[in-house]
Amino acid sequence: MYRYDEFDRQFVTERVAQFRDQASRRLSGALTEDEFRPLRLMNGLYLQLHAYMLRIAVPYGTLSSRQLNTLAFIAEKWDRGYGHFTTRQNIQFNWIKLEDTADILSKLAEVEMHAIQTSGNCIRNVTTDQWAGAAADEIADPRPVGELVRQWSSLHPEFSYLPRKFKIAVTGAPNDRAAVKVHDIGLRLHLNDKGERGWEVLVGGGLGRTPVIGVTVRDFLPEHELIAYLEAIMRVYNLYGRRDNKYKARIKILVHELGADKFRAEVEAEYARRPHADTKVEERELQRISAYFAPPKFEKLPRWSATFEEARARNKEFAAWVKTNVAAHRIDGYAIANVSLKPEGGIPGDATADQMRVVADLAQRYAFDEIRVSHHQNLVLPHVRRDDLFAIWKVLNANGLAASNIGLAGDIIACPGLDYCSLATARSIPIAQSISRRFADLNRQHEIGPLRINISGCINACGHHHVGHIGILGLDKKGEEYYQITLGGSSSESASIGTILGPGFAGEDVPDAIEKIVNTYLAHRQPGEEFLAAYRRLGAQPFKEALYAAA
Amino acid sequence: MPLLKNGSIISDDWITIGLEDPRPESGDIVVPYARLLKEWESLTDHDGRLGVIFTNIDRVEALTLFLPRLALIVLPFPSFTDGRAYSLARQIREIGYTRELRAAGNVLPDQVQFMLQVGFDSFEIGDRFSADIWLKASRQMSLAYQRGLFRPLGQQEVWSERHREAEPWLEQPHAG
Ligand code: HEM
Ligand code: SF4
Repeated sequence: MYRYDEFDRQFVTERVAQFRDQASRRLSGALTEDEFRPLRLMNGLYLQLHAYMLRIAVPYGTLSSRQLNTLAFIAEKWDRGYGHFTTRQNIQFNWIKLEDTADILSKLAEVEMHAIQTSGNCIRNVTTDQWAGAAADEIADPRPVGELVRQWSSLHPEFSYLPRKFKIAVTGAPNDRAAVKVHDIGLRLHLNDKGERGWEVLVGGGLGRTPVIGVTVRDFLPEHELIAYLEAIMRVYNLYGRRDNKYKARIKILVHELGADKFRAEVEAEYARRPHADTKVEERELQRISAYFAPPKFEKLPRWSATFEEARARNKEFAAWVKTNVAAHRIDGYAIANVSLKPEGGIPGDATADQMRVVADLAQRYAFDEIRVSHHQNLVLPHVRRDDLFAIWKVLNANGLAASNIGLAGDIIACPGLDYCSLATARSIPIAQSISRRFADLNRQHEIGPLRINISGCINACGHHHVGHIGILGLDKKGEEYYQITLGGSSSESASIGTILGPGFAGEDVPDAIEKIVNTYLAHRQPGEEFLAAYRRLGAQPFKEALYAAA
Repeated sequence: MPLLKNGSIISDDWITIGLEDPRPESGDIVVPYARLLKEWESLTDHDGRLGVIFTNIDRVEALTLFLPRLALIVLPFPSFTDGRAYSLARQIREIGYTRELRAAGNVLPDQVQFMLQVGFDSFEIGDRFSADIWLKASRQMSLAYQRGLFRPLGQQEVWSERHREAEPWLEQPHAG
């Protein structure tokens, strides 16, 4: 993985010093809260319902065990012993004091981490496929480009006071696990017939109150032009994006109001006008970065692992875990092990300091010291020997980390909602917990098959409800929380926005409603047909009938 | 209003005149862009230097014609979170303007370094913060990841530091 050189290190250290000074000016009253706000936001510090929340960047979701151990340390020393992994592959601490923040950032800098641009109206942490560098279907590891974009966008002087936040996602695989179509900019790698690399550039996707699928502005952008082209897009957005209404300030609105063709023409004109020499992606810099992402020293192993097969035959629980949580690796004898942070009745994405240390330790022993954070709020050990899977599972199982539900009904995405968030209109965590309990029977989850349930506590859609196969949105009607259900969303390469089914439900009725939807699917599905495919074939009607007919 | 320029605090000797104000016979004057458009013919003959207050909604290409005569361009910040002028500043430098480029309005010390990097070289600073806060804030970071920025206070580019053995990298742009 990427290692800081002396310059990266100096950069982050100076940034911490700068923030220390800003925080002390705020504490002394020299800066007003209004003046301090954009400064703290650019360092990931939010003011929440009960305390400050610090959001730490996990660039493209990659962590070393040393880094994860440091996050555990921070959780214990400055928070309440746990952290919350987010849908943007970051981690949030919800109980932070302003006075401690600079010390936390110093501690992070020791392990090459920071909170730069994890909030504020700037280019946010770049996200990618959590299986990058490991997935069997991958064209190439997208992380070197992710790192290139991270560096280019870090304290970019021109693009730090944008109309609104800006999110970039990158994927190097045809199966999109990075949701690039619902980002402000999505980048997808393609190869042409000559085997050269080019990037498809999608712009204007997003969730929030106006969910939109991004439009492709370039099909195949040569790699060395990438940064220059991103600058042209950013400049058009910075100059013409709306600033009069923060709900209309995202780039998706600009693309929509101009129309995709006019927007593309503006970008191309800006691109043609700019001198590019100083933004060209230099081969030597890309190579320097790529070297850090060289694959680990895999052993030559047989595809078939006797240890693994035996354990699987003997132990049903392990076999169930393998079925959902283990994915194909591109190297024979290796596997990708997904660690679910969604135990029955748990808080999606939460991990205790002890659990973080357990995973860090496993990574060190079995996984070339690498951990990934997924946008489904789970962790991943990306490169493990199939021979070791059983040993890994036993440790996970002993620490409440072996929920066998990756991609199933229990693997729910949920935002913090009214339990923490000052913008929330309803709670989302308790809803996730009650659904998770309702579908606790693992056999039943396996029987239902792949299902994405996503929950947001307000229209801002941090819980990705628009792209859940089943989406749940918490709203407020005259002081009562109620929940609107959408069906048919997806953030994959065939992305779609879910459709609202009908009137909402009170919180305690949500598990029943979800169950009715699932039962309708089970009754109508064809052999082997997954929930989303069935919905796309059937349409909303049978689900509506099941939900609203009796009432 | 005092100005921050080249690392010192100086007074502003330009005379700012509004859309309707009478024009002085001579002296260095700054006019709104709309007035520049309207009175361009006679303004070219003005006895003194000429500056313009540009707006955030006009396109920079429109300035090309006037550039040779302009000695000051002022870009307003209606609020410190309105970042349009950062892009305008870079565009103005990209079309070849080399004289004074001033940030006016709602500007905070912690933003000055970014502004210097995109090509501003003077700042209306008001009296909200003391001079040393401004000076300190303008040199908070000694490194930048982007290439081709202005680095009047000697900040380094990470890229060229990393690839020192490479042929001399693109020349730094020069501000006035
Ligand atoms: C707890 C404090 C949080 C606050 C105050 C907050 C605030 C917001 C707001 C205002 C938006 C809408 C922005 C827009 O559409 O212009 C948004 C969107 C979003 N947030 Fe959060 N959020 C919080 C936590 C989270 C968490 C925990 C996650 C990850 C689980 C997250 C991930 C996202 C994502 C993915 C989007 C939506 C999509 C998009 O940007 O188009 N946020 N957030
Ligand atoms: S979706 Fe709403 S409630 Fe949930 S974290 Fe985002 S802003 Fe808060």
